Amino acid sequence: MAKPKYIEGKEPHPREHRMIFRNVDRKGWSADIKCYLKDGGYEMAKKALAMEPAEITNEVKASGLRGRGGAGFPTGVKWGFIPPNNTKPVYLICNADESEPGTFKDRYILHQDPHQLIEGMIISCYAVGAKLAYIYIREEFPEAAKIVEEAIREAHENKFLGKNVLGTDFELEIYVHRGAGAYICGEETGLIESLEGKRPYPRIKPPYFPAALGLYMCPTIVNNVESLCHVKHVIEMGGEAYGKLGTPRNTGTRILCVSGDVNRPGYYEVQVGKVTMGEVIDELCGGLKKGRKLKAVIPGGSSSKVLRADEKFTIKQGDEEKEIGLLDIPMDFDTMAACGSMAGSGGVIIMDDSRDMTWVLNNLNEFYAHESCGQCTPCREGSLWMKKITARLVRGGGLPEDVKTLQSVADNIEGKTICAFGEACSWPTQSFLNKFGDEFKKATKRSNVKKPTNPEAEIAAKGLVQK
Amino acid sequence: MEIPAQLEEEIDQRITHYPVSKRSAVLPVLHLLQHHFRYLDQEAIDWTAAKLELEPINVLEVVTFYPGFRQTAPGKYHIRVCRTLSCAMAGAYETMEKICELAEIDRSAVSHHNPIAVSKDGKFSIEFAECLASCGSGPVVMVEDDFHENIDTGAARDLLSKYD
Repeated sequence: MAKPKYIEGKEPHPREHRMIFRNVDRKGWSADIKCYLKDGGYEMAKKALAMEPAEITNEVKASGLRGRGGAGFPTGVKWGFIPPNNTKPVYLICNADESEPGTFKDRYILHQDPHQLIEGMIISCYAVGAKLAYIYIREEFPEAAKIVEEAIREAHENKFLGKNVLGTDFELEIYVHRGAGAYICGEETGLIESLEGKRPYPRIKPPYFPAALGLYMCPTIVNNVESLCHVKHVIEMGGEAYGKLGTPRNTGTRILCVSGDVNRPGYYEVQVGKVTMGEVIDELCGGLKKGRKLKAVIPGGSSSKVLRADEKFTIKQGDEEKEIGLLDIPMDFDTMAACGSMAGSGGVIIMDDSRDMTWVLNNLNEFYAHESCGQCTPCREGSLWMKKITARLVRGGGLPEDVKTLQSVADNIEGKTICAFGEACSWPTQSFLNKFGDEFKKATKRSNVKKPTNPEAEIAAKGLVQK
Repeated sequence: MEIPAQLEEEIDQRITHYPVSKRSAVLPVLHLLQHHFRYLDQEAIDWTAAKLELEPINVLEVVTFYPGFRQTAPGKYHIRVCRTLSCAMAGAYETMEKICELAEIDRSAVSHHNPIAVSKDGKFSIEFAECLASCGSGPVVMVEDDFHENIDTGAARDLLSKYD
């Protein structure tokens, strides 16, 4: 295949390894099927359909591919959870609800390379035995929904979808389903409820593991856009060869979405674990803004725990323990977890020393308070209280005990809810308090506002004493 | 409320995408109705329920849950400004203020249950949205279905002038 040329000013950084984003910002590239076919498109679907479905799953398992949506769960293992004696229909859903603050990679795949996704889905559906698949696209991507629907129509015309795909007896329909602006639909069981036409209240696991009891109570595989695209490349390279990209247990490439206080925010596709946080900031993103110092990084979407610029982390390298700083952390799943945070969805938010951490946390708390689905009491009430408390710390009306209260509210959400939103909304508060506690304590003294009083109760109390 | 034949045809077509359960079509049907009527009133909810053989409450609970559905009329052009961290760091709150000033929109009565404010002349309405997923090019703003990047206070006037 010819080496692609890119639009001027949008060339990939030399440190990048473009695979999923190979066609993003490519010169002369368009989303239509002719362009994709000319570039060798749908050849991997042909190759896959000549294989046994189990062989494909084995290749994906061998590749070590881990889900790119947030949890980093091995994709092949997820597929393997479909009960072996299953007699019900199997569904596949592509999670294109991209809504984790800090993440903006799926947008470009949907807009510029929809056929790559469709090809990945054809291969995946064939592997798991799905004849009906949905692409759940967030409501805020109206243009993407149109582009993908047009791509599906084109794929139909070219016999890549429908009955007898490519002349085989495999049949597949893919439909686009648009969300309606709720973050919780990114949670796979919430997404399934939404697709069933209900409020997206996540389901409790067990028993509702989607691979066993998913859409319409049938086995359902929910994969992220980027993960499904990777499947195509796993088939192209073979699982073993794909597994050599990146680092052991953290294979392949992934797209880092960098935003915040850097000179060149944007998307960068790199081999997993082959670049460090420092290289991301200084080389890929051209460093911090002039005269600024790094203060903190949120490394994997807003739910991941914040890391402080001067923190030291102890990680294991082989059998040896090693102490490293924030800038030395390789961008992979396992090291990020060992450093007490997570690689999550790949959304890296950089903050410099001009940022007030109470303001930052309050912004995130406002997000979570707005997006809590309201099903579980600790999350519904707690997320709102966390927002109220940080809001008054920012405004200057905090109480001396606010830091303690905030901590206690967060600690009473984590682990006490049906879905992982509980963790997602308490981790920012817990980590910001843990790492920037002094700033929050200082904020409680920002005001001269007195403690709230209740005059009626005071008068009543006086009356009682007199009697 | 009158549903044009073409719209109903489109709705019927959408429903076929859900061969297992008609109820799954609630969101797409509501999207089509909102797109046509600009917002969803009780009639739209009842009509959807009848169409999909549901109780009206099954539809209402969906309408009231999702921020993407509205029960009040927006302006001729509905604007959504991303409010979440990366955009806020890039100046989204200032952008919001600037647009409101230019379009003469008063947001003082805005609340969680009533997030939309409409300009005096009814031309624009505005609300804050949570993360629009373009964090590297904030502040980002959507006007109807159009997406605009890097809308700082300086770019606000130009943006509004594209719509008349």
